[in-house]
This record gives sequence, C-alpha cells and structure tokens, in this order.
Amino acid sequence: MSSGHVLSVKLYAVIFGSLIALTLTTTGVAFMDLGRGLNAVIALAIAVLKALLVILYFMHARYSSRLTWVFAGAGFFWLMILIGGTMDDFLTRNWFGTLG
Amino acid sequence: MSDLSIVRAHQFDDIEQQHDASWIGMWVFLGTEVMFFGGMFTGYTLYRNAYPQAFASASNHLDIWLGTINTAVLICSSFTMALAVRSAQLGERKPIINFLLLTILLGAVFLGIKFTEYYFKFEEHLVPGAAFNYEASLARPAEIFFSFYFAMTGMHALHMIIGIGLLTVLIIKARRGRFSAVYHTPVELVGLYWHFVDIVWIFLFPLLYLVGRHL
Repeated sequence: MSSGHVLSVKLYAVIFGSLIALTLTTTGVAFMDLGRGLNAVIALAIAVLKALLVILYFMHARYSSRLTWVFAGAGFFWLMILIGGTMDDFLTRNWFGTLG
Repeated sequence: MSDLSIVRAHQFDDIEQQHDASWIGMWVFLGTEVMFFGGMFTGYTLYRNAYPQAFASASNHLDIWLGTINTAVLICSSFTMALAVRSAQLGERKPIINFLLLTILLGAVFLGIKFTEYYFKFEEHLVPGAAFNYEASLARPAEIFFSFYFAMTGMHALHMIIGIGLLTVLIIKARRGRFSAVYHTPVELVGLYWHFVDIVWIFLFPLLYLVGRHL
C-alpha cells in the first residue's frame, strides 16, 4: 500500500520537471495556429497527460491498491457520462431539421 | 510497537487496514469534488460550443503569461507537497514542517497573482454585472464566458484557501510531534487534496487562457 512506498526525490524531481516542460509547451503551442480545432485538442491532451503524471506519481495512484483505482476512476467515469451525455444531446439537435 | 495501539481506532484490525480505509475515503471525497467541478466544466463546454467566437474573443482578455506563471507556481507547490509527504513517510519531523511552509508560501503566491488578475478585470469592466462593458455584438456571450471564469477560478481559489488552512493544521500537529513514520495519514490525505486542486487548475488553465487564441 501507499504508505509502504517511499519514492525517491529524483523521481519526484523528474515528474516536476516534466510538468513544467509540458506547461511551457502548452503555452508555446497556443501561439501557433494549427487550424481545424487542433489547438484545443493538443491543449487538452497535454492537460490530461499532466493530470495523469500528478495522479500516478504525486498522488501515488500507481502504487495504490486496485480498489483505490476503482474509486479514483469512478469520478472521472461519471464525469465522462455527464459531459458526453450532455453534448451528444446538444450537438445532435437539428440533425434532421426537427425542432430541438 | 507501543505507539501502534495509540493511533489505531478500535474498529480496525490493524494500522494497515485503518490507513487503507482513510485512503479510500479520501478518494471517495475527491470523486464528489470531480462531480462538483464537473458541473461547471460541462456548462463551460456547452456554452463554448454555442458561442465559440465570443469565448475566443473574451479568452484573449486574460493574461496568458500570468496564467502560465501561476500554473508553474502551483506545480511547484505540488512538488513541495509531495516532498512533505515523503518526509512524513520517513518520519523526519523538521523537513515536513519546512516543506509544508513552502507549500503554503507557493499557494499564497498563486492566490496573490490570481487576485491581481481579478483586480485588472474589475478595472477593465470585465466583471459580469451592471458595469460589464464589451463590444456590443459579443457582449452577452462574453459576459457568460467571464461568469464561468469567475465561478470556476473563484471556486478553485476557495479550495486553495481551505487547503492552506489544512496545511496550517498539519504544521501545528507536526510541531507537536503527532506524526511518525508509522502514523502520518493526515499528511498524505491533505497531500491528495492539494494535488487534486492542482489538477483542477491544470484543466482550467488551457480552457480559460489558451484555447481562445486559435479556434
């Protein structure tokens, strides 16, 4: 379990450096016009990657029990339902010319 | 192992089980926090989809560099928090206190920059309400963007303030020698909370500051 796992300062420093590098990357990419909505996709992909690094290492999820994974994953799973369910309604209105 | 019995509540078989229960309980709480912020993220997604031009225009009124600096400051604070938890695991009392103090300091710097940004927005008449002033064709949806901006960053800032309060309690407890290599669950759980608040900002930063620059 997590309390038994003491991670090295070096590992924390590598994660920290990666997070700072990804932050500078996402700001830099924001100044380029990639077109076709690609800017938003890349910005969100980098955000997901940063969040995963924080969850897996800073929050020790990688070294936690399977039960912890279930509880941690549940929140994000229901968030996907919330956003997915809402957007698939709004984005598909008027597809067939009927009143939304 | 006498100090084991002191910190173990009677309903648990052993310290390990007690620790696992606390750990799971904290993740359940963070799950409710995901849903809490999730409602606002869903609303943001919906309205950004409805008014992409106005959201892009309004987003460009935020200072991308203050946003970037604040993201870096918050990541630094997560790093010092992780090191505080590590010191707690090793039972080192003095480093716990120092790393927690550093975390509070970085959290305060974040809030200071955040409130400076709020001040600029008041000056520029970009706070939703009677004084809101924006180019007429985009004014209403731009006001929606700034409503999301203040609601989301405001709730995030409130979580930071609560976090700083929790860190202060930890420092007092650590000074009294309440934590050891065997028992330091509160440090770990506040750490989880602090990192979670960091993650919320990791998503707020691109959605509010970045994605408006190029559609």
